[in-house]
Amino acid sequence: MSWDWKVFLNDDGSGRTYLQWMFDAWGWTLSVAVSAWVVAMVVGALMGTLRTLPNSPWLVRLANAWVELFRNVPLLVQIFLWYFVVPKVFPAMREVPGFVLVVLALGFFTSARIAEQVRAGVQALPRGQRYAGMAMGFTTAQTYRYVILPMAFRIIIPPLTSESMNLLKNSSVAFAVSIAELTMFAMQAQEETSRGVEIYIAVTALYAMSAFAVNRIMAVVEKKLRIPGYIVAGTAGGGH
Amino acid sequence: MLGLDLSFLNWEIISKFVKNGFIFSVQLTVIATLGGIVLGTLLALMRLSGKQVLMLPATIYVNGMRSIPLVMVILWFFLLVPTIIGRPIGAELSATITFVAFEAAYFSEIMRAGIQSISRGQVNAGRALGMTYGQNMRLIILPQAFRNMVPILLTQTIILFQDTSLVYAIGAYDLLKGFTTAGKIYGRPEEAYLLAAVVYFAICFGLSYMVKRLQSRIAIIR
Repeated sequence: MSWDWKVFLNDDGSGRTYLQWMFDAWGWTLSVAVSAWVVAMVVGALMGTLRTLPNSPWLVRLANAWVELFRNVPLLVQIFLWYFVVPKVFPAMREVPGFVLVVLALGFFTSARIAEQVRAGVQALPRGQRYAGMAMGFTTAQTYRYVILPMAFRIIIPPLTSESMNLLKNSSVAFAVSIAELTMFAMQAQEETSRGVEIYIAVTALYAMSAFAVNRIMAVVEKKLRIPGYIVAGTAGGGH
Repeated sequence: MLGLDLSFLNWEIISKFVKNGFIFSVQLTVIATLGGIVLGTLLALMRLSGKQVLMLPATIYVNGMRSIPLVMVILWFFLLVPTIIGRPIGAELSATITFVAFEAAYFSEIMRAGIQSISRGQVNAGRALGMTYGQNMRLIILPQAFRNMVPILLTQTIILFQDTSLVYAIGAYDLLKGFTTAGKIYGRPEEAYLLAAVVYFAICFGLSYMVKRLQSRIAIIR
């Protein structure tokens, strides 16, 4: 087999080269991943916190139900639900662009996993931390805001790192609803050029580089947020 | 209700479209779990062997697999396997090979953690009895490592079952495809997606509940 890397300079039929197309697609992958990450962190932090509240059994149940719901349906099926079923059932959602629907799907899917990590982080803290907050006269909200969450989030940075990398990899599933991201590019360019190996190598390298970049960014975050004197080790995150 | 009509589904459609897809999804999950655990244990032993010539390839394989999206791995195998073995293969066979190879990387990380969780004393005890490396692994370490890791292995299997839906990328006929095909033919695609979600949820939720029960029953036998 011989290489033909020049394939990337060919015109894709719309006046841009495959190389340009690939970088556009990379941009879509990163936009989907970053937007979904924001959704996942906000919703995940909220749901994870609700699951640990001491005196609100209904909020705990609600948040538990949220996690079970979004964790037990495959991501691809969730993306189909958001993309096809939600607009049909709620006419108001028909004007929402597909990109937003995919971001919501990926974000909520990941939020269940992040909520699980946040809960584990809060429960890993010694009970004394909560009592200390109460002894200071803090309300529950203040205890969480000033005492518990700042520590819990530092503890769970390692599993959050692997969840963030998972999210980036999972953004590839958006190909199924024709978001013009990297996997979509890989499938179409492979079909059009018949140089699948070269195309796949380039796309795989971009994914690996992006995942590595996420890993490094999170390492910097972890270092910046470190409190001198505390050695906090997180538990390993699973799944993919 | 809500502009959806779920009444189109009946047993005939299920046995005609959904059943075969369900069987393939389950079959894929079982083969990938068993194959993945065997290959993964081998990879874990290679990584823990202390010999550079075994550690390096296993580490590259595991980390490589874990840094690529599963969809890309599925596409890679679908492209490459026919060229390697020199004849075209179906999407189902390609998916099976892919999942065994891919899941081996994840199962190897679980098995590695399991082996490392066995206390040094157990290893030394085996040695003191005059066991060879192979005997020590087979009779002392692996049974305990495996037992400690059963809940995590099962959890991974549930994730694996969900991931089988990604064979959509190469058009293999799995549970999801069964529903979408039925939905297309009967003009009810949205309802089909919703039903697929309900079925996946019921299976995965049920299984994870059972894993939780099991976990509390077999916890810590030291």
